[in-house]
Amino acid sequence: MSEEVKVFGTLGSPMSCRVELALKLKGVQYEYIEEDVHKNKSPLLLKYNPVHKKIPVLLHNGKPIAESLVILEYIEETWKGNPILPEDPYEKAMARFWARFLDEKCLPALWNAAWSPENEREKAVEEACDCLKTLESTLKGKRFFGGDTVGLVDIAAIFIGFWLRVLQEATGQELLSAEKFPDLVKWTDEFVSCSVVKESLPPRERLWAFFKARVAGAMDAQTNASK
Amino acid sequence: MAKSDVKVKVLGTWSSPFVMRARIALNIKSVNYEFLQERLWEGKSELLLKSNPVHRKVPVLIHGDKSICESLIIVQYINEVWSFAPSILPSDPHERATSRFWAPYLDEKWFPSLRTIGVAQGEDARKAAIAQVEEGLLLLEEAFGKCSKGKPFFGGDQIGYLDIAFGCFLGWLRVTEKMSGMKLLSISKTPSLLKWADRFCSDIAVKDVMPETEKLAEFAKMIMAKMRGAAPPK
Repeated sequence: MSEEVKVFGTLGSPMSCRVELALKLKGVQYEYIEEDVHKNKSPLLLKYNPVHKKIPVLLHNGKPIAESLVILEYIEETWKGNPILPEDPYEKAMARFWARFLDEKCLPALWNAAWSPENEREKAVEEACDCLKTLESTLKGKRFFGGDTVGLVDIAAIFIGFWLRVLQEATGQELLSAEKFPDLVKWTDEFVSCSVVKESLPPRERLWAFFKARVAGAMDAQTNASK
Repeated sequence: MAKSDVKVKVLGTWSSPFVMRARIALNIKSVNYEFLQERLWEGKSELLLKSNPVHRKVPVLIHGDKSICESLIIVQYINEVWSFAPSILPSDPHERATSRFWAPYLDEKWFPSLRTIGVAQGEDARKAAIAQVEEGLLLLEEAFGKCSKGKPFFGGDQIGYLDIAFGCFLGWLRVTEKMSGMKLLSISKTPSLLKWADRFCSDIAVKDVMPETEKLAEFAKMIMAKMRGAAPPK
């Protein structure tokens, strides 16, 4: 049965990357459509995600699905090979719990710590490190959050796996240090070295340039504010 | 050990819509459980801190020696453990995705705006909150048409995931209407939701756990008074 699978995403978006990674893990062929979310959202995107008008959107045989974690569950339920969620209801609940923790607490805290102004930085960094500490404790020396294979939580944590390192280099601020979070750092290396993950990631130099430009922009804004 | 031998407990409060979600799901599956009430304003119990160390929030479902947190994760867990009919989630993956899609919108945008109406500082903030709530209701009215396909609930013939995710807020919606004198659900703008709301609240799985509007309104006044530092009304 031929099926139409399309992903509306943005190069450099970790949310968009989550969806592509899950499809690649399952061996699903898809067409990728790049959206210019900052300047010019396409009419199709607005049609398929009228509530939030955001990427990523998965289109499967004409039916749209939005919200990256919802899309991941849809992919899991539709294409059964290489499961990303455990069978056991409790283990499944825990995976969902950590994925939500990432989206609601951890990723916002990391982003905040990277970009917060001087006077708020210490508190922001402390919150970010608390989140990383919690994540570190759930790994418990496992190769992946999903155990022996990449699972929902690993995919959801792709920002930490790849984006965070680049962000740290661009801002000069280290949040994920090997001495404080050895298991997490080891996980980022394992995760990013998987061939299917490597294939899904954006080019490092472009991401670095994007963050560097943002750092420069933030510094200009601060300089201007103090004139 | 048979599932029926393992103890099921819900840690929560009578006023929390999130706690209600867990209880409705258990009721749908006819699972007996013990309801352990937290008195959150007196401090969180040791059991709560131990079973939800990350967020320290209710609800928590305690199933034997396992703790499950986050209301909609609990609902899905209940659906998967007690996997006999009726199913809380639709069987079609796209319909499941649609049900799941609305949850973050309700929890992160819509309900916070509803709560803001009562406590907003300044008229602009209040108007913005009302606008957000009304916009959401129109979106959900449309979603109801698509999801229910002419049947009584978002889930079809019976209460499902989205009914639970949204319906749990009806108590607080009615309190907001009462205290502000506004009609948020109306025959003119949200006729389907208006009828759905009555059906939901009188459903056998819901009616004993949905607090009465009067009681909830008194509770809201007490909280607001406490927040302002005044003595609570008798």
